[in-house]
Amino acid sequence: MAAGTELTSTEYIAHHLAFFGKQVGDGGFWTLHLDSISVAVLLGVVGLGFLAWVASGATSGVPTRRQALVELLFDFVDNQTKGIFKHERHSVVAPTALTVFVLVLLMNAMDFLPVDLMALATHNISEHGFRIVPTSDVNTTFALAITVWVLMIFFSVKAKGFGGWTHELFCAPFGSHFLLWPANFLFNMIEYLSKPLSHSLRLFGNMYAGEIIFLLLWMWAANSSWTTDFYFGWIVSSLLALGWAIFHILIVALQAYVFMMLTIVYLAMAHEHH
Amino acid sequence: MNINVTMFAQAVVFAAFIWFTIRFIWPPLLAAIEARQKSIADGLAAADQGRQALEASTRQADVEMTHARERAAGLVTQAEQRMSQMIDEAKNAAREESNREKAAAKAEIEQEVLRAKEALREQVAALAIAGAEKILRREINAQAHADLLNQLKQELK
Repeated sequence: MAAGTELTSTEYIAHHLAFFGKQVGDGGFWTLHLDSISVAVLLGVVGLGFLAWVASGATSGVPTRRQALVELLFDFVDNQTKGIFKHERHSVVAPTALTVFVLVLLMNAMDFLPVDLMALATHNISEHGFRIVPTSDVNTTFALAITVWVLMIFFSVKAKGFGGWTHELFCAPFGSHFLLWPANFLFNMIEYLSKPLSHSLRLFGNMYAGEIIFLLLWMWAANSSWTTDFYFGWIVSSLLALGWAIFHILIVALQAYVFMMLTIVYLAMAHEHH
Repeated sequence: MNINVTMFAQAVVFAAFIWFTIRFIWPPLLAAIEARQKSIADGLAAADQGRQALEASTRQADVEMTHARERAAGLVTQAEQRMSQMIDEAKNAAREESNREKAAAKAEIEQEVLRAKEALREQVAALAIAGAEKILRREINAQAHADLLNQLKQELK
């Protein structure tokens, strides 16, 4: 990219999909993606910090426009939670849904930033790649799903007691006959595995695919820079990227919404007795 | 797509963020919104109460007005009656007074007439006596006396 050196398509995409990793131990597992973590923490601190700032100055009288905006978000999440979760929601479930929605929305929204400009900006931090969309890192989406999963199991045990939860593990959904215990247990294991997988991979897949399409379009623009009719490639790829970015607004918000709804649904299911 | 320790680091980060929201964002917002909802509900209830109170007091005011109007009308009638009564009384008193005055005046006039008559009689008598003296100083002429006396008699009548 730099100083007229031409990149092959593979190199361009590989460059943009490289993580800013740091080895913290032996083996591939002990790698920290500093880019995903730092962007996630930054967005969480900014987004949730803003909410906490507004919440700390919240008045029950006439709200400012800023507070009205935050209350709009609050009401949106609260209404969605109320529709699905019929138990006491204010202590954990609704705040969790709000956190998940805000974080996923902000992390997804990083996809709107032009990748090459961001690569230029982050070049001083990491020369060989800096991914600014944490949700296109499967570790981030798995982390979110696992957090929700742990909460789900916690509430399941809390609602039914450890005995009730174990009983349900072996006696639902087919019946409590002892011959059905293995089938029930297998079924429940599959359910407990599939929930975080579908929860996280749906988000990851959408964001990753979106990023790849952006990369393909920008690669077209970059590669046409070294041809004689370069403006054609620039214009067409820019127009296509604009269209995709506009469509992506929908995807970003929709995936955040879906992730939040699934969080609420899973936590609601954890409270149900079979 | 490679799972590594990033996942656990991120999970800790998210758990911390969820705790942060539970602790610092949700409760104050909820409290503010619920307090506002309560104050709005209270305000609406108070407005409703005020409206009812207004209706009740309007009704009572109407009743009071009717009473007052009736009482005022009664007072006016009473006053009118009293007025005509007083006028009648005054008329009667005036009539009686004038009658009394008239009677007194008549009595005085009669007395004056009587007194004048008495005075006249005395004067006439004196005249008669003076005439008689004059006649007696002359020679008595029975015939002439008789004529004179008759004449006197005629005058006295």
